[in-house]
Amino acid sequence: MSLLQIRNLKKSFGDLEVLKDISLEVEKGEVLGIIGPSGSGKTTLLRCAIGLEKADSGEISYNGTCGLVFQNFNLFPHYSVIKNITDAPIRVQKRDPKEVYEEARKLLAKMNLSDKENYYPCQLSGGQKQRVSIARALCMNPDVLFFDEPTSALDPELTAEILQVIKQLAAEKMTMVIVTHEMAFARNVADHVIFMENGVIALQGSSDEVFDSKDERLRAFLGKYNDLG
Amino acid sequence: MTVLSLIQDLSSGMLTSVFIFAATVVFSLPLGLLVAFVRMSKVGVIRGIGKVYISILRGTPLMLQLMFVFYGPYYLFGVSLSTNYRMPAVLIGFALNYAAYFAEIYRAGIESIDPGQYEAAQVLGYSRTQTFIHIIFPQVIKRILPPVTNEIITLVKDTSLAFALAVTEMFTITKQIASHEASMVPYIAAAIFYYVFNLIVAFVMERIEKRLDYYK
Repeated sequence: MSLLQIRNLKKSFGDLEVLKDISLEVEKGEVLGIIGPSGSGKTTLLRCAIGLEKADSGEISYNGTCGLVFQNFNLFPHYSVIKNITDAPIRVQKRDPKEVYEEARKLLAKMNLSDKENYYPCQLSGGQKQRVSIARALCMNPDVLFFDEPTSALDPELTAEILQVIKQLAAEKMTMVIVTHEMAFARNVADHVIFMENGVIALQGSSDEVFDSKDERLRAFLGKYNDLG
Repeated sequence: MTVLSLIQDLSSGMLTSVFIFAATVVFSLPLGLLVAFVRMSKVGVIRGIGKVYISILRGTPLMLQLMFVFYGPYYLFGVSLSTNYRMPAVLIGFALNYAAYFAEIYRAGIESIDPGQYEAAQVLGYSRTQTFIHIIFPQVIKRILPPVTNEIITLVKDTSLAFALAVTEMFTITKQIASHEASMVPYIAAAIFYYVFNLIVAFVMERIEKRLDYYK
């Protein structure tokens, strides 16, 4: 079953055409990796898909709800860790507070943050903040979870802990769309990969198909990363 | 004249000054938020009204504005109001004036919030009202406390302008006693009063700032 369908999406900022006719589908339980050089339109695609930007034309249809993990976490600084996670499910989704708190504590345990429940975001490391923001997104029980370069604001040693969490979610068959610059990770965790360049999908397929492709643009792009040799 | 009787004479003026201060804070803080919304409206005309309002109230002396509020109804509309209107006129003038200053402080505070906060709230499904009340405004309050403290301290001193409408606050009475007694002492007493008043204001505001120190 496809959870998300995007057809002929176009988006310009002034004269700059950022997305030129993008179509894609996300199946339930699959992990879609989106890679490509800076300015290729990856983040804009994600922001259109989740409704933070309005596309100029095209169709976006959902079969469920979606959540987003930001590059810069965007935790609410005046709320404690537990309140960051529970506030929206209680206030917006009107769920039973007791049940929401139980779920939030389970998520915190999963993120290895049980002891940080009453901390404020300013007391956490970047990696911890990102894990809280993943827990916050998960507590809304989304059908699809989007990640916008979730490790770009983190030091390399903190990146690994976030990638580990995402891998674990993939193993649990969480449907995810991940914009990332971590190539080894994308290859490893994504079922499908989209390589974007200049606002179009230059290449797509299974992760091995894309990463082993002889496509020149892709080889040139991957050549800039050392982690694949 | 003993110090005790001086204080007794001044005390009713002190109470009036404190009253003008407190009422202005209570009225102008919410009114200022409203003006800030008008000033930040997406509709050009409404935004223009906000700009003009702020420009006029910041650009003319408060004492003149008090005159307009008090004498305006008579000269403009022929409505004659009793002398009981003096205090209400003072409060209206102060509230309108201070709202203009607070509006700009709110605006600076609101515009300083990271757009990511709005985006996170939107993605989590908060309505616009919920986003403002629960996510944005609490952070705004923390950020604007120092400039608000500044403005409130100015207000303490500005209460003396009420003498322009013959409201017998602290300063009016001080002048009366000083000229009657031909003495400098009442002025010194008044200075101490305003200074101590502001010490208390600064202390209270500092406590509030400390209470909001639990996050950054």
